[in-house]
Amino acid sequence: MTKVTPLDTAVDPHSADTGVLLDVRDLEVEFRMRSGTVKAANRVSYQVDKGETLAIVGESGSGKTVSAQAIMGIIDSPPGFVTGGEILFRGKDLLKMEEKERRQIRGDRISMIFQDALTALNPVFTVGWQISEMFQKHRGMSKSEGYKRAIELMNLVKIPSAAERVNAYPHEFSGGMRQRVMIAMAIALDPDVLIADEPTTALDVTVQAQIMGLLADLQQQTGMGLILITHDLGVVAEVADKVSVMYAAEIVETADIRELYRHPYHPYTEGLMRSLVRPDHKGGRLSPIKGSPPDLLHIPSGCPFHPRCDYVQDVCRTDDPPLREILEGRTSACHFAEVFSND
Amino acid sequence: MTDTTNKTPAQVLAPDVATPEVVPAQAPKQDKPASLWSDAWKELRRKPGFIISALLVILMVVMAAFPTLFTSVDPRDCSLIDALQTPSAEHRFGTDLQGCDYYARTIWGARTSVSIGLFVTFFSTIIAVALGSLSGYKGGWLDSTLSRFTDIMFAIPLILGALVILNALAGSRGILQVSAVLIAFGWPTMMRLMRSSVLSVKELDYIDAARALGASDWRIITRHVLANGITPVIVYATITVGVIISAEASLSFLNVGLQLPAISWGLMINTAQNRILAFPHLLFFPGLFLSMTVFAFILMGDALRDALDPKLR
Amino acid sequence: MTSYIIRRVGQFVLVFFAATFLIFSMVFAIPGDPIRALAGEKPMPDSLRQTLVQRYHLDEPYIVQYWYYVTGVLQGDLGESFNQRPVLDIIKERFPRTLRLAIYAFIIEMVIGVTAGVWAGIRKDKFLDSLVKVSTVAVISIPIFVLGFMAQLFIGVRLGWLPVTAGNPPSLYGYLLPAIVLAAVSLAYVARLTRSSVVENLRSDYVRTAKAKGLSRRRVIGVHTFRNSLIPVITFLAIDLGALMGGAIITETIFNVPGIGQALYQSVLGQEGAVVVGIVTLLVIIYAVANLVVDVMYAVLDPRIRYD
Repeated sequence: MTKVTPLDTAVDPHSADTGVLLDVRDLEVEFRMRSGTVKAANRVSYQVDKGETLAIVGESGSGKTVSAQAIMGIIDSPPGFVTGGEILFRGKDLLKMEEKERRQIRGDRISMIFQDALTALNPVFTVGWQISEMFQKHRGMSKSEGYKRAIELMNLVKIPSAAERVNAYPHEFSGGMRQRVMIAMAIALDPDVLIADEPTTALDVTVQAQIMGLLADLQQQTGMGLILITHDLGVVAEVADKVSVMYAAEIVETADIRELYRHPYHPYTEGLMRSLVRPDHKGGRLSPIKGSPPDLLHIPSGCPFHPRCDYVQDVCRTDDPPLREILEGRTSACHFAEVFSND
Repeated sequence: MTDTTNKTPAQVLAPDVATPEVVPAQAPKQDKPASLWSDAWKELRRKPGFIISALLVILMVVMAAFPTLFTSVDPRDCSLIDALQTPSAEHRFGTDLQGCDYYARTIWGARTSVSIGLFVTFFSTIIAVALGSLSGYKGGWLDSTLSRFTDIMFAIPLILGALVILNALAGSRGILQVSAVLIAFGWPTMMRLMRSSVLSVKELDYIDAARALGASDWRIITRHVLANGITPVIVYATITVGVIISAEASLSFLNVGLQLPAISWGLMINTAQNRILAFPHLLFFPGLFLSMTVFAFILMGDALRDALDPKLR
Repeated sequence: MTSYIIRRVGQFVLVFFAATFLIFSMVFAIPGDPIRALAGEKPMPDSLRQTLVQRYHLDEPYIVQYWYYVTGVLQGDLGESFNQRPVLDIIKERFPRTLRLAIYAFIIEMVIGVTAGVWAGIRKDKFLDSLVKVSTVAVISIPIFVLGFMAQLFIGVRLGWLPVTAGNPPSLYGYLLPAIVLAAVSLAYVARLTRSSVVENLRSDYVRTAKAKGLSRRRVIGVHTFRNSLIPVITFLAIDLGALMGGAIITETIFNVPGIGQALYQSVLGQEGAVVVGIVTLLVIIYAVANLVVDVMYAVLDPRIRYD
């Protein structure tokens, strides 16, 4: 969206009241490795507002996690480098901040939960210690205060007998409970934005629903903006307000969730939806997208999706379509966005 | 548990092979060891550490095999009149207490060190691979017995164990005896490594697939388990050559290794030890050659490990 | 946890008996005359031979001989030297010096090794890292007796910075050079182990989490990485304290430290088999105890340990 409307570039990035809580603009991230340089995020733009849930959907390696890590400022560098764009938080560019200032936002105003809580939690410290650390380091609380708050948080995320389990180690919890610990730690300081990177992928299906429910509840209570990163369009349906679909390091479509389900404007989105098991699916076969995800080292020329696209034309092989506004609040990066979907 | 904590020095050198997670089931690269090795080769060719170590190893092996290429002087042709000369045009490395040409003796010393290093490592590796794969693949009582036995061998540090046995063998210590003792204490570490490597490979789906297709145990072990599990052992064995050469020299230095008239770097320094402060060349040349040889093998193992460890890619 | 420790102690007992049996067999079961094995090539009067036969119960079955030997060891009887001095006496006199040497070496390797390792680890692939990597391989490659003589020659004689020999009784100053040499190789191992452990942990998910929590770099490395990274290092160090005492054989010989290692070397030279066996038995026991301590420590340090 920002790509096409020239007006956007005129917005003063320093005014604190643009309304948008988190505004990612044309973010570019590169990984420089021995085998070559990979563009892991290419002109990625999205916005999240207070109380809003944005889902970022894409296959693994599509760049969805990388852009989130860029927001947090935790990309492993080297090999990863943010090479362009802006990340405006309340109108201020995180990328231009001093490390010290940025660190005060990280974990405090913007926090993140990770896919596998078993490896993401430190194995040699108790969960209470790890949650309490947030209060001690960001709020200067004492250890006992921190532990008291940790127990409250563990209650909030519905971990049974929290007062006893506060001194347990991560490996002593079940997968679902561990993810709750992770969530408790991330929301400890009441952040404005919470990024959840595949929060339920490592869990059983029943537990997945509980965790998603918990996240939705917490969001309602706190009014935080939520960025939900997932490869599963199905997970998104009930919780997200907006969806951005990523393919080969680029955003290919952004839409309101209901609009997207009603009418995708990109062949890749359409493919994702076709390959989804849906309750209204009447017999017939699931049709997965043909081909395999692109190797980021060798992104196809033109539209990166063209080798797998059912509607491919000559122009798709040569010209990379920009992300453009199709309708109010809807963008697509397909040459034939308006055409292909009307058949 | 003891598997993870009892680290011998050489395991520390090869930390990533010591606890092999070599073959994550979902890493497609691992399915073809051939490509792992050819990838590694591509990387190794560009690594200065590997090139230096390879050249040094080749040099030492050639020196061991054909010492006469480097010197025409007989290392045992000594005259006391020439004793304790410092390096000169005639005797490039000087002479020793017996008046032997030190250059010739240093060159010929490579033969002893390199042959013991390779010989001991070769047989230790064979024993370790055989017992380790058997133990890991078969499991059960065989595994428990073999593992307990290695625990016990581990309880006796190499130098101490070798010291006791070789001291008892006084009078009849040749290359064979010293090698046998070093083999006896050399295989247990590699056996553990092989065992855990086999254990991690064994669980993989394609082993089940091979079994389901009716492949025999022998075939599964040789074709699948060994091919995939042996990489860390090879890295470790390369380092072991260096460790063994150093151990032989230390034992000879302690008077429990080779005996005169054998020519060995450790023995040369032992014989010279009371004169070293006055005649440093007696220490310097054999010490340099010894250290370079050990360095070459350890560096090579190091480079191999870096190239073969997918985690470091 | 308790049952784990009990099981581990049981394992220790098994290893103790097996290892002493092995040492015993090495000396007495080798084909030929066991008295020869004990005495080496020294000419021996018949009276001494008789004493030795009785002392080691050589007229009894093998397993009985071992039983006498091991019960002796358990009661602190490690045999006697030719001039009938109990090996235990020799050990009592000399062991404290070896222990001191080992402790000095231990402190040197811990402080320098861990510092260099952490330093190289957080600067992975930079120049300093390569320097630490190559120099540690170089140090490891130099056999300790070569290193010892070099240190003696250059630091002791040429530069005259430190005394060449330890003196008797050794002064703290005199211990310094042998301690540095004894520490050198282990120091290199500690540095490498620390480095690879730090590198591995810095890549771990929980360090990324720690960064995402907004912690300072100092805290991410000092608390979240360090504690995990040190687990393997500490266990190595603990075993190494046992190994250092064994490594003291060469160092003590070169620097003339009148410790247990020198006694062992002199016994080898003097063909004092009984003393050799006695001291080696003791060192093996120390090594096994160090291993036991390490395993217990490991369980305390790393809550993930499964006690099965």
